[in-house]
Amino acid sequence: MKTGSNWKDKMWIVSLIYFSLGLFNIMFAWLGMLCFVIPMIMSIFGKEKAFCNSYCGRGKLFTLLGSKKKISLNSKLPAFLKSKWFRYGFLLFFMVMFVNMLFATWAVFSGSGSLNEAIRLFWTFNVPWEWANRAGEGIPLWTVQFAYGFYSLMLTSLMLGIMSMLIFKPRSWCVYCPMGTATQMICKIREGEKL
Amino acid sequence: MSAESRKRKKAKVFLDECVACGACVNVCPVGAIRIFKGIWAVPDSGRCIGCSRCEAICPASAISMEVSK
Repeated sequence: MKTGSNWKDKMWIVSLIYFSLGLFNIMFAWLGMLCFVIPMIMSIFGKEKAFCNSYCGRGKLFTLLGSKKKISLNSKLPAFLKSKWFRYGFLLFFMVMFVNMLFATWAVFSGSGSLNEAIRLFWTFNVPWEWANRAGEGIPLWTVQFAYGFYSLMLTSLMLGIMSMLIFKPRSWCVYCPMGTATQMICKIREGEKL
Repeated sequence: MSAESRKRKKAKVFLDECVACGACVNVCPVGAIRIFKGIWAVPDSGRCIGCSRCEAICPASAISMEVSK
């Protein structure tokens, strides 16, 4: 019988450190790319969703707050939020938003757009926070633009996850997490299962 | 739930609803459930003790406890 917890259960600390560092130096946002690259590599080459299953700091954070600390209403997720249409639609939406962010980065790189130094939540509200400065002078502006865009995406999805955790079962975000959907889709395609 | 009725109940996964997040794997006290190739959760009915922790934690409500035959 399993007893106690192991280091993987503490991965929520990594998530908190990531978001904290980004608030004071936006360039740390780049580290979040690991949360994109590692699950993809694992699903493509390792044939599994090991990242979601064991290492995702966000998943561990929701488990800690929702299941262990019990700050969750623990309601059932509405059927439409776990439907395939919503899950794949949300994945597509996030991909479009990611490409949109890359366009903004390209605009700064090519000189056709100016740097927008703001953390934006839900693609709408600028977070009233001005300490997320870049590391220093000499850093290419497009890398700064990407960092702001990417951190905004990460923070927005964290907020969605926290809201889901509070209202529904703690790991409800995992049902429609774009990375989770994408990696499961890759695994299904490889094994010839219907999506 | 009495120990007797718990013994007879086993976890059943609705494969079409499972998102393979692994929440059930992490909560199972006897390691009776695993994620099959990143696609869905597969319970081992031989080891399942019918505690229903997986059913309670599953965010997609893809697990139910059913009386084994």
